[in-house]
Amino acid sequence: MIRDITIGQYYPANSRIHRLDPRVKIVCTLLYLISLFMFKSIIGYLLATLFLVCVVRLSTVPVKYILKGLKPIIMLLMITVLFNLFLTPGGRLLFHFGPLKITEQGLNTAVYMAIRLIYLIMGSSLMTLTTTPNALTDGLESLLKPLGHLNVPVHEIAMMMSIALRFIPILLEETDKIMKAQIARGADLESGNIIQKAKALVPILVPLFVSAFRRANDLAMAMEARCYHGGEGRTKMKPLIYKGRDYAAYAVTIAYVAISFVAGRYIPFKIWIF
Amino acid sequence: MKMIKTDKLVFEYAKRDEEGNIIGMSRAVDEVDLDIEPGQFIAILGHNGSGKSTLAKHMNAILVPTEGTMWVDGKDTKEEEYLWDIRQSAGMVFQNPDNQIIGTVVEEDVGFGPENLGVPTEQIWKRVEESLKAVGMIEYRHHSPNKLSGGQKQRVAIAGVMAMRPKCIVLDEPTAMLDPNGRKEVLESVQELRKREHITVILITHYMEEVVDADQVIVMDHGHVVMQGTPREIFSQVDLLKEYRLDVPQVTILADELRKRGLDIPAGILKKEELVEILCR
Repeated sequence: MIRDITIGQYYPANSRIHRLDPRVKIVCTLLYLISLFMFKSIIGYLLATLFLVCVVRLSTVPVKYILKGLKPIIMLLMITVLFNLFLTPGGRLLFHFGPLKITEQGLNTAVYMAIRLIYLIMGSSLMTLTTTPNALTDGLESLLKPLGHLNVPVHEIAMMMSIALRFIPILLEETDKIMKAQIARGADLESGNIIQKAKALVPILVPLFVSAFRRANDLAMAMEARCYHGGEGRTKMKPLIYKGRDYAAYAVTIAYVAISFVAGRYIPFKIWIF
Repeated sequence: MKMIKTDKLVFEYAKRDEEGNIIGMSRAVDEVDLDIEPGQFIAILGHNGSGKSTLAKHMNAILVPTEGTMWVDGKDTKEEEYLWDIRQSAGMVFQNPDNQIIGTVVEEDVGFGPENLGVPTEQIWKRVEESLKAVGMIEYRHHSPNKLSGGQKQRVAIAGVMAMRPKCIVLDEPTAMLDPNGRKEVLESVQELRKREHITVILITHYMEEVVDADQVIVMDHGHVVMQGTPREIFSQVDLLKEYRLDVPQVTILADELRKRGLDIPAGILKKEELVEILCR
């Protein structure tokens, strides 16, 4: 399961998309996601598809990689499609079987919802695939900085995220070690029903938590010893500076959003699928 | 000015029973007087629970004395205003290599200290490069710390401290969790730094082999300083060292036993080569 989640996984390459400032990627991804929910006609979706295809090509990330991110949401996708398909009233009745009815409107909504969800996941996993986790937290920190005035601890949140990212592999390794140690002592992790399996996890989780707290304590001390005292008066080794290509990316995205918004709303190009 | 000076340093902590009630006070460090000159290589030896790590944490103002005073580079560690100065001038390397690396990329971790000090960006890059070169880890600058060996991680940690340009580096059992190769690697890096940067090194350890090159060795037991002197002076008292539950190097024990049996061997042999030379005379 953990291996299937592409969000947070980085695909190392040196494409134009990879080189963009993380703030650009975060903002543009957000704009793209919002744009998906704005238009009501097929032309908007054509534009959204075109935009996505162009960005994927530019990023040099294999399509297979991006599609892998869809696996965990297949269930959600099915449920959404089925509910929309059968439970939306309105329009011509296309098919009915007992209480199940498929209307024109229902079919339309179902297809649109599926496209929206798929593009949503593809768009956001494209962002994480082309941005290192560190750049992502840096970008978030800098974008959320205005919230600092509302006493939101932005720097601390970003620091926590990057430390969490650093410790994921360490804790995974540790879990593996503890599991092996408990199996060697006769723990049975494989057999039994769900409840028994869940119970068998307790002797793994307890030592894992103890060790995680110990590590946290050590790390806090090491950070203090290296003069860490929050974000105040701190300089950056890799500060974020917008370059020409970043402004260009902003311009392209905003142009896309504007065109698709206008085209999707005001050009009377409404084709029903049927 | 002395690099580190203590005057009747005492650190007490509350002993607790299983419910967390205080059942008494315990002295981890008891009336320790130290005088460490700049540029020296000092080794602090001691068995587990001898108070050596507690003493080390005082040098970085992570702990402050219950009684007595500690001065680092002339600054009293109890004074809140000097806290960051003290931590900058006395860098600290800890035991567990995994739990002291903050960055997800080697060079970012080395830059963490200077970032905290508010060093300008170009300067940080310069310092990171110099420090990584000094410990011989420059070719790993873009690697993830998770992919490095224990010895390499400790060298990165040392580089991280060096990038803060400290006057003194305190190593709190830096080799305790490493294999013999990693240990050698780390100690060689430390020696190299000492020669090149003339930095004060305080090495806390329970491996006696690591202290043979020290200018001064301090042996601690139950919070007290029980022996102090050059490695040769310390190592010539094998029986006393055994009493403090320290593992005396094999060659020293051998030389000591031979001497007791009447061979003409001076006390306090530190290295294998030395003994070989004396026996072949």
